[in-house]
Amino acid sequence: MNITSKLHLLKSLQKNIRYDGRKKEQFRDIDVEFGVSHCAEGSARVRIGKTDVIAGVKMAVETPYPDSPDKGNLMVNAELLPASNPEFEPGPPGEKAIEISRVIDRGIRESKAIDFEKLCIKSGEKVWSVMIDICTINDEGDLLDVSALAAMAAIIDTKFPELVDDVVNYDKKTDKKLPLARLPVTVTVYKIGDNLFVDPVPDEEKAYDSRLSVALTEDDEISAMQKGGDEPLSLDEISKMVDLVQKLAPELRKKLKR
Amino acid sequence: MAIKRIDGRKADEMRPITAKVGVIPRADGSAMFQIGRTQAIAAVYGPRDLHPKFLQNPEKAVLRCSYTMMPFSGHGDRVRPGGNRRSKEISMLIEKALLPVLSLEEFPNSVVDVFIDLPQTDAGTRCAGICAASMALADAGLLMKDLVSAISMGFLDNEMLVDIDSNEDCDLGATDVPLAYVPGIDKISLLQLDGGVSKETFFKLLEIGKQKCLEIDKIQRKALKDKFKE
Repeated sequence: MNITSKLHLLKSLQKNIRYDGRKKEQFRDIDVEFGVSHCAEGSARVRIGKTDVIAGVKMAVETPYPDSPDKGNLMVNAELLPASNPEFEPGPPGEKAIEISRVIDRGIRESKAIDFEKLCIKSGEKVWSVMIDICTINDEGDLLDVSALAAMAAIIDTKFPELVDDVVNYDKKTDKKLPLARLPVTVTVYKIGDNLFVDPVPDEEKAYDSRLSVALTEDDEISAMQKGGDEPLSLDEISKMVDLVQKLAPELRKKLKR
Repeated sequence: MAIKRIDGRKADEMRPITAKVGVIPRADGSAMFQIGRTQAIAAVYGPRDLHPKFLQNPEKAVLRCSYTMMPFSGHGDRVRPGGNRRSKEISMLIEKALLPVLSLEEFPNSVVDVFIDLPQTDAGTRCAGICAASMALADAGLLMKDLVSAISMGFLDNEMLVDIDSNEDCDLGATDVPLAYVPGIDKISLLQLDGGVSKETFFKLLEIGKQKCLEIDKIQRKALKDKFKE
């Protein structure tokens, strides 16, 4: 972004006015739709403003990792589809896709959002694998927060497929839901100059100095964090950013209620 | 004669269709086409610069289609992202199905990208993809001679079926004849067959398929007009 545009953006942020008329600490309209793909064991479509993301969960029976023989497996993958943004290209996941999927993975894994011990079928031999794929439909900013919310919504929507002699019958879903322990949501706080704000549109995303993504559980425990952007942050700034996440996270979590 | 279809449809009945134009604001053109539980979302970008340069055609724009199933959109196991032989072939066929209606000579050395993504599938995905892509190309404002419509015809137990679903295609092993039709010139731009039929039956299937494509064409045109009504 050129310097004039950035100065203009900075000026309006200082007056607490965003390009789309919002305030700095305000999300765009949030819409969560559960069950958007009958092929997945769980799925959801989340729209925040014009940003539009679909997440789907596939379940499979696999061998556990040697260091966690009694726990199910988790995999999170983000596909930044070239359909969703003229700058995205086909091909293997790039930096941005990998960062998004890894931050969301940590938010879910470390908060123990899913009770992984309940995914064990036979210790050391067979466990359930939860595979979450996030596909972007339209990227108008804030992909990480939207994707994280979509991933959680898809998890909430998930029902186990039938298991016959340890073989999955994908044609039949049971009524059994994924064992959920906690509900982490991720909010990314962006910083331009002295301004902290959330849920950027593409112009704001091009101009930020630094950002901090925080995954927060309902008891305000931080389960994942990621600092991004070229500029460093002071402890005081980080503290303000976390405060803002704590203030806004409940609003997002509320949308996960069916 | 009357075959029992799993969803209670008549032999010549298509599944319910929904079509919507302008579903991806960032794209130059976009559309969603859903038939039964098969959903295709198409985005068009371009004409835009084509790199690397050796891919360019100095006489006209290159049409580049990419058909992608979302990893959770298949029946059974997760579909690994990154494409496979099947998706490559289908992408190429979709390109050929759409080319006859486009006037790409206006934009030499550039590319028109068409991305087709499927959130959920129940057979007939390439046809749904073509229907969505055709609307998205029109939405992008590209000069077009016509729209393209497509339907998957089937033949099972001596009966001709319209718009077969995955139960009929995969589980019951119906002969599958996907076809794309350009009404204005009365020509077929995609044709495949997978199974076994007599020449007579085959041509009957094509005739019925053409009629169904004309019905789909109406739905596509209405969806395009609806976008600009508001």
